[in-house]
Amino acid sequence: MAMFSPAIFITTAGFFHNSAVHVALAIGGSAAVVSAIVGVFTVLRAQSFAGHALADISSAGGSAALLFGLPPLVGFLAMAMLAAGGMEVVGARQIRERDLVSGVVLGAGLGLTALFLYLDISMTTASNAANMVMFGSMFTIAPETMIPALWVAVLALVMCVLLYRPLLLIAIDPDLATIRGLNVRLIGLLYLLTLSIAVALSAMTIGAILSTALLIGPAAAAIRWSCRPGPAIIIASVIAISATWGGIFLAYDSFYWTRNHGWPVSFFIVTIIFLAYLASGRTTALARLRRAITA
Amino acid sequence: MLTVDSLSVGFPGNQVLQDVNFHLPQGSFCGLIGTNGSGKTTLLRTILGLVTPDKGKIETGVGGIGYVPQKIQLDPFMPLRARDVVALGIDGHHLGVPLPSPSRRRAVDSMLAEVGATEFANRRVGDLSGGQQQRIMIAHALVRGPRLLLLDEPLANLDIRSVAEVIALLHKLVVEQKITVLLSAHDMNPLLPVMNQIVYLAHGRSVSGAVEEVVRSSVLSSLYGYHIDVIQVHGRVLVVAAVGAEARTTEMAHEPVHVTSIP
Ligand SMILES: Nc1ncnc2c1ncn2[C@@H]1O[C@H](COP(=O)(O)OP(=O)(O)O)[C@@H](O)[C@H]1O
Ligand SMILES: [Mg+2]
Repeated sequence: MAMFSPAIFITTAGFFHNSAVHVALAIGGSAAVVSAIVGVFTVLRAQSFAGHALADISSAGGSAALLFGLPPLVGFLAMAMLAAGGMEVVGARQIRERDLVSGVVLGAGLGLTALFLYLDISMTTASNAANMVMFGSMFTIAPETMIPALWVAVLALVMCVLLYRPLLLIAIDPDLATIRGLNVRLIGLLYLLTLSIAVALSAMTIGAILSTALLIGPAAAAIRWSCRPGPAIIIASVIAISATWGGIFLAYDSFYWTRNHGWPVSFFIVTIIFLAYLASGRTTALARLRRAITA
Repeated sequence: MLTVDSLSVGFPGNQVLQDVNFHLPQGSFCGLIGTNGSGKTTLLRTILGLVTPDKGKIETGVGGIGYVPQKIQLDPFMPLRARDVVALGIDGHHLGVPLPSPSRRRAVDSMLAEVGATEFANRRVGDLSGGQQQRIMIAHALVRGPRLLLLDEPLANLDIRSVAEVIALLHKLVVEQKITVLLSAHDMNPLLPVMNQIVYLAHGRSVSGAVEEVVRSSVLSSLYGYHIDVIQVHGRVLVVAAVGAEARTTEMAHEPVHVTSIP
């Protein structure tokens, strides 16, 4: 290693030769991109809370999968998509009503998660199940999960591309979309299913509790940076993937600077996202301050 | 062109419109006047096919309908420029991401110029003033070249100058392009210089015709079912219930007669 490279990053070489790191980079990266893109629409539709509820209930699926010996991806995805379908059937139109439905789903999700985690811990050998499900298991994802997870991510991206213009039109006003022949309800359902893919992927990687950060943080920062939908989506993706890959790198590295304990990758990811969000507000906050002083 | 023929619309337990009739020839500028809750939005949404009527017929002629919904709340951080909103008027119902297209861009540019919005075309739409947002929504509604334009309370919450600007813009469109405009409002006064037709809604029923035929004490009294005075003060029209009329029925106590203008 070169003398002038920062002594703290002592693991750079090993980092790129570690297969757990490869899996984490691939699945974490795809979860990040999908969450960021879906997140822009989530912010536009004011459905952040629904996203969080779906993440929580998907973790019930993840913990159930552990119990029944199913692949975790199947558990996370199936539960989130079932809940998304259920939320649409209940058919809450107003945001307030939608929030109530999300709250009920969130409660049910956490309740089921508590039950399955208890059963996991008492009936299987997964003694760290709670930590895995609630805070993610980036470095312990089975390599065979990688290909299916990537396909699911591709499916979500295709949905985002297809629904791009209709979702924007609906965000302006649903009636405007209806008179143009769009089925607003069907598009809402397809969007919720896409949202459930995004949160299932990130719940599996950085954990249900923190998946909301990946869904909302990059999108919220990006729409402050750009006033155009395409660039906003690209910026959100760049923030999310930088945060995720940067977080994986720092977590891997922290193993050495914390003397073989290592800090959780989720912590680093969320911190980077939070910093990006703060930076995006800087220009507006400064302008507001200047206006307040000069006014 | 727009013909509404014995139209009745209701929601469970609430008959909103009963036997509404009117005809607007092409190139009409028509005010749809009524108090809050009189059914203006319901009538417009029924014409658009968003609400199914209980009975009656609607004919809209050829060329499609443009629509500016009531009080759109655009999120200030929504990542859309004014020109993106107009472009979604062209192809917002298409699937997929739009590819760069010179003809689409030209159509958007000329529509923006038409409504006088070129100057703020590249600004975030949520940052625009109410009047500027209305112009953009009108451009969105017109960019596909409809022959009928429905606007739901486009003048509400605008300052006096923006009201005059939006009306002048709509008047220009009616005169130059012979578009038919049906615009709802709870105050008819700003529209008096430009509108040549009026549809007046009260208690679910309507009267329609030229302004001077409709805004008369005898006509409005029979529409409301009690005595109404039409008073002209300083060039403004006030529609008021006769003194004491409010006390006559409980219905009136809940729905006091509509004063179209409080100078
Ligand atoms: N979707 C709906 N479901 C039930 N009632 C409705 C609906 N839309 C409007 N109404 C009722 O119809 C009446 C007329 O409302 P509206 O058309 O919005 O009046 P305006 O636009 O003149 O203020 C009101 O009593 C309102 O409560
Ligand atoms: Mg209304």
